[in-house]
Amino acid sequence: MAATTTRSGSPPTLLRFDLAERALHWANAALFLVLIGTAAVLYLAPLSALVGRRPLVRDTHVIAGLLLPVPWLVARAGPWSAVLRADVRRLARFDGFDCRWLRSLGRDPFAPVGKFHPLQKLNAAFTAGSIPVMLGTGSVMRWFRPFPLEWRTGATFVHDWVSLGLFVAVAIHVAKAVSDPEARRGMWSGRVDAGWARRTHPRWADEMAREADGRPGA
Amino acid sequence: MRPARPGGDLGGRSGPENDIETHSISGPDRLIGRRVVLGMLGLGAAGVVWGSKLAEAFNRVLAPVQARDGTGLTSLLPAAGRFRIYSVVGFLPHRTAEEYRLKVTGLVDQPLELSLADLQAMAPTRLVRDFQCVTGWRVPQVPWKGALLSDVLDTAGVKPEGRAVSFKSFDRSYTESLTLEQARLPDVVVAYELEDKPVTGAHGGPVRLYVAPMYGYKSCKWLEEIEVTAAVVDGYWEERGYDTDAWIGRSNGRHDDPVG
Repeated sequence: MAATTTRSGSPPTLLRFDLAERALHWANAALFLVLIGTAAVLYLAPLSALVGRRPLVRDTHVIAGLLLPVPWLVARAGPWSAVLRADVRRLARFDGFDCRWLRSLGRDPFAPVGKFHPLQKLNAAFTAGSIPVMLGTGSVMRWFRPFPLEWRTGATFVHDWVSLGLFVAVAIHVAKAVSDPEARRGMWSGRVDAGWARRTHPRWADEMAREADGRPGA
Repeated sequence: MRPARPGGDLGGRSGPENDIETHSISGPDRLIGRRVVLGMLGLGAAGVVWGSKLAEAFNRVLAPVQARDGTGLTSLLPAAGRFRIYSVVGFLPHRTAEEYRLKVTGLVDQPLELSLADLQAMAPTRLVRDFQCVTGWRVPQVPWKGALLSDVLDTAGVKPEGRAVSFKSFDRSYTESLTLEQARLPDVVVAYELEDKPVTGAHGGPVRLYVAPMYGYKSCKWLEEIEVTAAVVDGYWEERGYDTDAWIGRSNGRHDDPVG
């Protein structure tokens, strides 16, 4: 299956996310939704009072948190992970263009965006880093007995502030998705309009075009 | 659903053309993503160990800001001064002001069953103090109103062999205790008002204990029974490792500022 498809009558599309990546994304999204919902109930007094059932909400939160690494491990483990691994490498690397973009905050016309926007890369790094931090601090909060009381307080402090950061990151991520139907389509169906790719991710569109031409891509 | 990728390299950046372009125009790759992840792990671990001191510092900075904040938005910030609702059972116990009764039992001359109106008829005490939880959060300058526990005990009459007081919650699980000497302090009240309003169910209403000089776990919510005993009986959290004498700043390994 070619990366670029052109059918008569329909505009050309590019494959942006394969099935494994989309499954991972939506499994993560579902767990995050549960985590944020239960966190809100645990954290906001009026919601706590409304919902009650604190141990149930807490256990749901803890279980969803402990499950968080599972989709990632499954997605990484199988023979289906090649595209995911490649995208993880992309996300981890800020190339010269990304650095220029960040330094100029997008005003530099010679800093075209690749497959992932530099801010998407930062979001991915923050979210990826937050998961072990939240698992660790959450575990100290939940199973606090072997630890000094100070650690419980410290873990609560870290857990609270990172969760606030995550909430902001997820809110921005969702707001961006809501404002861009084509980006949403990419995560639902895996494919995006080639014109959208050229406008919003020009370097990636170039890569895909080079590959379609049969030249060794970048 | 795999795209045909002639170069075989999905990593994105090793093609010769792109290397030339990138390096001549924009400089080399940076592993910023990895640095962010490792940095967060380091900060997270440091935060667990030193976070309680950091949280105390935050509280000091945020408390005055929050006091002037009319929107209440700063109270949503972690570690900012606001109550967190804790309950050791799976529900928020509920009892209306009308049906509420406080039992005073044990080593007393006259066991009592007091209604909310009975408590309100006793000489009221109003206290404004910071509320300090043993897990670190602190709510600045909270007004409480209630009857002195000492007056309640005097109404029932403590027998000479009575040396301590146990508290039971109508959540049917939580218990607390004080020595008789602690119970007679002038800032220990059976509270029915919090922030100048009736104590809500979430905050332990209609009636709860407020032990001003001690960490919050002493201030038994949903107070149902006061029992005078011959010796201190450890409460719910004491059985789970908390200090029995929970003086703020001088127990549980903490060094919080005084709350007055």
